[in-house]
Amino acid sequence: MTEHKGEMLSWQIVNGAIELGLHREPCNEIGSAMLEELEQFAGALPELMKGAHALILHSARPAGFCAGADLRELYQRARGMEKAEALRGVRDFLERIHHVMNAIDALPLTTIAAVHGVTFGGGFELALVCDIIIADRMTRFCFPELRLGLIPGFGGIPRLKRDLGNAVVRDLLLTGRGFNVMKAQQIGLVSQIAAEGEALRVARATASQVGKFDRATTAAAKKFVKPIPYEELKQEIDIFCDLYAQPAVEEGLRRFVENEGPQPYLP
Amino acid sequence: MPALDQTLDEVLNLAAAHFKVPREKLAPDDDFFKTLGIDSLQALDLLTRLEHHFRIELPDYELQGVSDFRTLAERIQSRL
Repeated sequence: MTEHKGEMLSWQIVNGAIELGLHREPCNEIGSAMLEELEQFAGALPELMKGAHALILHSARPAGFCAGADLRELYQRARGMEKAEALRGVRDFLERIHHVMNAIDALPLTTIAAVHGVTFGGGFELALVCDIIIADRMTRFCFPELRLGLIPGFGGIPRLKRDLGNAVVRDLLLTGRGFNVMKAQQIGLVSQIAAEGEALRVARATASQVGKFDRATTAAAKKFVKPIPYEELKQEIDIFCDLYAQPAVEEGLRRFVENEGPQPYLP
Repeated sequence: MPALDQTLDEVLNLAAAHFKVPREKLAPDDDFFKTLGIDSLQALDLLTRLEHHFRIELPDYELQGVSDFRTLAERIQSRL
């Protein structure tokens, strides 16, 4: 299936690049339905790759690339469940999303995240699986998980550690602060900055450039420079689940979900 | 370093221009969520625009509980 228009995701091949578009309102929160479509996409990749040299991830939502995990769904689903059952559900979700993320990470194509606006939590982690991040000027990145008693759970920490210096990782993770695209480029996270609304166009130009190269050479180079930290990714799931079992997390999620103020509950 | 009044004026000008609100309708002590009619995602957008304008970094946690232009300008001023 080389073309798909789903509830939350669409994909097609444009000039030799697979374009995966996210379009769930309000800002592509990743819950179980989004995960199912991501799994469909991962399943379609072997066929899609036959006609493509690159993959571009982008968002059609004005607010941003992706606001991360659907915390409302996470909280609501766990309510009324025994703790052990809720924990099994969380672990299953994490293992499934890791499977998708790892599949994209390991693709023998050049992968590009074209991001804008809110690129938080799981959305940031989705961008981090790509080889290159191209960000529009108004992009804002953040790992806010510690502010709710958790750590990033979709592979963010091992991939940050792979890509950036440890002092930077500590800063971003332990403060949970958001940062703009200038900072993101300064620390080596963002490859190119695009004007507002132009990230996808710049990503397409980059995809066109890498399409001139021999695919086997690109695949060999990528395999050489981009190891996938499988062991740390597994450890991340374990640590996340240990933390999720703590009472403080449920309370943090409750306050986040039930907050009706103009600012999100993020202490 | 510009004076706080100048920083505040620039904050009000930028907010008015971006969210298409007449500048004269914005006052320093207004609640910007209400006056601009914005949500939390749009407030992050405003923060990013202000960071670019003033060439500063302003962590969002410094704005927890801040909803008026004057305090916002004071937080920016402390980073100039």
